[in-house]
Amino acid sequence: MSTLKVNVHHVTRVEGHGNIVVDAQNGDIKECRFEVVEAPRFFEAFVRGRPYSELNHITSRICGICAVGHSTTSAMATEKAMGVELTEQAELLRKLNFHGETIDSHVLHTYYLVAPDFFGAGSVIPLIEVNRAVVERALRIKKLSGDLCAMIGGRHTHPCALVVGGFSHTPTEEELRAMRQRLVAAREDMDASVELFASLDWPQFERETEYISLTKDDEYAFVGGTIKTTDGFEYPVEDYKTVTNEEMVPFSSAKWTHHNRESYMVGALARFNNNFDQLHPRAKDAAAKLGMEPIVTNPFLNSAAQVVEMVHCVEDAIKIIDELLERGIEPEDPAPADVKAGEGVASCDVPRGILFHHYAYDDEGFCKDANCIIPTNQNMANLNHDMQELLPQIIDKPQDEVRLTLEMLVRAYDPCISCSAHFLTVEFV
Amino acid sequence: MSDKNGKPKVAFFDFASCEGCQLTVVDSLQTHLDLLDAVEIVQFREAMTEKGQDYQIAFIEGSCTRESDEERLFKIRDQADVVVALGACAHTGCVNALKNIQPSLDEVREYVYGDKAEWYDTYPARPISAVIDVDAFIPGCPIDREEFVKVVKNLLLGKRPGIPDYPVCVECKLKENVCLLLEGKPCLGPITRAGCDAICPTYGDGCEGCRGLIPEPNENAMKDVLDEAGLTVKEIMSRMTMFNAYYQEGQVAE
Repeated sequence: MSTLKVNVHHVTRVEGHGNIVVDAQNGDIKECRFEVVEAPRFFEAFVRGRPYSELNHITSRICGICAVGHSTTSAMATEKAMGVELTEQAELLRKLNFHGETIDSHVLHTYYLVAPDFFGAGSVIPLIEVNRAVVERALRIKKLSGDLCAMIGGRHTHPCALVVGGFSHTPTEEELRAMRQRLVAAREDMDASVELFASLDWPQFERETEYISLTKDDEYAFVGGTIKTTDGFEYPVEDYKTVTNEEMVPFSSAKWTHHNRESYMVGALARFNNNFDQLHPRAKDAAAKLGMEPIVTNPFLNSAAQVVEMVHCVEDAIKIIDELLERGIEPEDPAPADVKAGEGVASCDVPRGILFHHYAYDDEGFCKDANCIIPTNQNMANLNHDMQELLPQIIDKPQDEVRLTLEMLVRAYDPCISCSAHFLTVEFV
Repeated sequence: MSDKNGKPKVAFFDFASCEGCQLTVVDSLQTHLDLLDAVEIVQFREAMTEKGQDYQIAFIEGSCTRESDEERLFKIRDQADVVVALGACAHTGCVNALKNIQPSLDEVREYVYGDKAEWYDTYPARPISAVIDVDAFIPGCPIDREEFVKVVKNLLLGKRPGIPDYPVCVECKLKENVCLLLEGKPCLGPITRAGCDAICPTYGDGCEGCRGLIPEPNENAMKDVLDEAGLTVKEIMSRMTMFNAYYQEGQVAE
């Protein structure tokens, strides 16, 4: 009688608390799932009664990694409700700030959280002894992206200058020029990153699913756009509930989402699959070196798609800075809000995937209702379906190897459980 | 406080929070990689697999929001010689405590989780000092990277971390910023604990009070100033509770 029991309590090197539970006997799988056990925080409930100007600074605190993503999406939803139009300069700065966070989040995930698995290390710390140059490169990219965020938002996480109507502070021309120089110099680090991740022995596993992201006519979409799926659907963001269809599942208390199939995937791989043509040529080169062309159906390669996006974001950040310098950057006040009752939905494709914020305000500008749908939630069903299909393929391997491979699958999704915690949790077995 | 290899063992723990303060700790390595020569990190779930149970200094991020959190906190207190509240969630309850001032916690649960509300164990959010003794705190949402490094240095030298007890206005004046209150923008600088280098006012956004209040703050005078700046009573109360709902409520309702 061969019994396989894997119980990883609080999976490490992910953001937040989650467990992997596997129970199998003689190849008969009884349990195989990923549980979320984070303490719920109830953001949607407690933003009710708060003034519109506070909303994006409060919801920023949903997540320390994608604070710019939450803050931007939240401000956009409020701006829709209040009919606020941003200046072109503010729109460009929002995108530039967003690129900073995408690079920051991706370097954290690929280098600090994913890479140690490929080197048999428990964290990035022992890698300092083995390969100090690689760790120093990661720290360098992280510092660059954090400084880029701070230049615009005032600080690296929880940007204080990002407000409804734009920004309460404008970077100077000198700051932009200095940042441009550092971004150009970072190309070397990007090339080395592509080389490193192309040399890794990625687990082989394919499972086709529906990939959902934002899309735009004129650029690789991160900030705003329309919803697109690889199954051929397109929707305005206001119709987000048609896509997310939240449901309760009988064997866990996690809210799952599904659209055209039993589950779908969001994040870097989904964006890559939907919007590949709009990637910067350097990013397309990176994809070729990583052996990727759409549609990629190996979920482990979500981390590789993040490397491709880092290259794209560095290039697009340079382009945006050039545009700002060319038009001439001027200090400007945020666009004023016309405080009135109203409703607004906005969406951004944050590092972990498509994010929705939806608010209703009363006539004094205080929040009446709020709904936020987080990428990690949308990936839960797909991750569980992947685990259930992957497990029979690896079940004859030693238990430790099974555990590691399943942990690597969870990490590939880059789950951000702090974000998801106001939505889902699962009972312990 | 040090072990055989001369390095004190340090562990990081998290409760209800965004984990941004732990990420700020990770980011402090960009400029202070030598911190790893001074301490041995034995547990840091967000960044490493190892889960060492033998540690002398515990940094705790997050608020206590449910019964089961208390057990974990007691265990950490039993083990650690020094417990440090890392960031606003652990120090003051941060925005987590905004749920405490909603009319009903049951309604809060139902609003987010519908008819499955009873699956979600929760009670009023509180700072960890409401549950266990805390030896030091690092304020802010998020913490300031340099202040974190300063606190670690002081702890290693056996000194008390020097957290300012004067208001943000002091730092704002030193930066020669124009006072935002004079421009009619709401700012809690006069009653909020300094140490952030007045980052929000410097970037044109009034202080929201994330570092908690100074000892003996003159709240009534603060409210008068906000009134003069043109805020309604509802807006004033909102600003005062944004990051300090736990404090403003005096104590949480059970």
